[in-house]
Amino acid sequence: MNSIEGLLITVRTGRQGAAMEKGKFSAEYIKEISTLVINPEDFSSLGLGSEKKAILKSHSAEITVTCQSVEGPKGIFFLPLGPLANMVIDGETNGTGVPNYKGIPVSVTAVK
Amino acid sequence: MTVSLHQDVVCAFCGSLCDDLEVEVENNEIKKVKNVCAIGRNKIMHQQPHNMAPLRVNGKECSLDDAYNEAARILTEAKAPIIYGLSSTTAEANSEAVELAELLNAAIDNPSSYCHGPGVLARQHVGMSTCTLGEVKNRADLIVIWGANPMESHPRHFNQYSVMAKGMYVPDGRKGRKVVAIDVRPTMSSKNADIFLQITPGSDFEIINVLRSLAKNLKLEGLTDESLVGGVPLANWRELVEMMKASHYGVVLFGIGLTQSRGKDLNIEHILSLVDELNRYTRFYAIPMRGHANVNGSNQVLVWRTGFPLAVNFYRGYPRFNPGEFSVFDMLIRKEVDAAVIIATDPAAHLPQAAVKYLQSIPTILIDPIENLVTPWANVVIPVAPAGIGTEGTYYRMDNVPLRLKKIIDFPCPSDYEVLHAIKERVSHVKNS
Repeated sequence: MNSIEGLLITVRTGRQGAAMEKGKFSAEYIKEISTLVINPEDFSSLGLGSEKKAILKSHSAEITVTCQSVEGPKGIFFLPLGPLANMVIDGETNGTGVPNYKGIPVSVTAVK
Repeated sequence: MTVSLHQDVVCAFCGSLCDDLEVEVENNEIKKVKNVCAIGRNKIMHQQPHNMAPLRVNGKECSLDDAYNEAARILTEAKAPIIYGLSSTTAEANSEAVELAELLNAAIDNPSSYCHGPGVLARQHVGMSTCTLGEVKNRADLIVIWGANPMESHPRHFNQYSVMAKGMYVPDGRKGRKVVAIDVRPTMSSKNADIFLQITPGSDFEIINVLRSLAKNLKLEGLTDESLVGGVPLANWRELVEMMKASHYGVVLFGIGLTQSRGKDLNIEHILSLVDELNRYTRFYAIPMRGHANVNGSNQVLVWRTGFPLAVNFYRGYPRFNPGEFSVFDMLIRKEVDAAVIIATDPAAHLPQAAVKYLQSIPTILIDPIENLVTPWANVVIPVAPAGIGTEGTYYRMDNVPLRLKKIIDFPCPSDYEVLHAIKERVSHVKNS
């Protein structure tokens, strides 16, 4: 299975905000918060299956995401803030009170 | 049939607090909302009386009195409770929460401790040259958007206050302004900019350092115009500094791309210092793109009542302030609290999993209008009338301007303020008996 390593950055999206306000148990919200945006070259190199599913793995946990190819830097992946992204963020704040929501080392592996 | 039209309604979703909404009500139900973004519309249309969270204690329906009594029991038996949230409720409810925290010798914190809190700390260290959004609209001819994507998170900001808005001294709106976006990737917001500088993640501190040096005409040893700083040639940064100095009225709108990236509060200290130094050449200001509608109000009220804006701890009977030690996330990770009041926020959606897991293991009281990800496991769930829809009160916009929110329709439940007051009365009774 093809796998790439890089950095995860959690972000806000308009869809995530709008779906959140309809309800966090809605299919629309769950779909948006599990959509990983990646660079088109990275997307191609993963060789994803028809459902575009991948395993996103960090030091803390691994989650299943659906990949979407969008213009952006190589090796940097973007996932909307939410309970799924929160699984892969560790408990360290370096004494600042702020968890490391941006720049988390991760790997992305295609699910065939 | 009773139909009414409410004008100049304030939206209570994000820190922009758009105050020109039109809401149509029929028989105490909101039917239409105009002049609103998709997020604001969904919030207002969803937070209606028929969508309220259930009133429950330990999974069973109960009376309000039962819920208040159980909440008071949990809190008076706790040795180290925390009151957390308050970013989507009124300043009045925030003030009542501080009184409850003091009565309980509790910790109290709001989501700014992991969002724009680093910016709040930076302001304590170096101050902030800032202005209102009205001034941005009427005067700004240069807008720098750094680590923020307002088109997604504050969808009407550009039209109402900044990039596209037509103002007194900027009558041509977008054509009368230069817009620069600095981010790690192209976004909907950067597509609206004249110049987009795509930087490498975590390089903000280094970049601002170089900008401050360029602004002071300091020689940068070993760097040429082709040298990359944060992934962008030095010549581009030099051009930006010249644009800043040449502007008549410049504004930096900064987001959590700066506060949550490597450097955190130091990034903001640095950028606020740059803004201050640019005032030697022209008028330059900074505004944080605050997220939750009244997270700024939470900081304001905590400062009035305790002297500190976030991460406040009353465990010794007087307020102490130490971000990183008393911040909600650190306290949960270190398992230092034994009961929690969660109000007007959703830590299960916002905090990393380890903190949520611990929160699930301690008695939790949830006060929120609708179901969120805490509702299924909170010990006490108390639905409340949503601020700006079912109850009036004061919110602070991202530029520190307080706005009065209206009550539009009736709800069959009390406000946050009333719930906190009722719990406080019962806690007071227990402590005095």
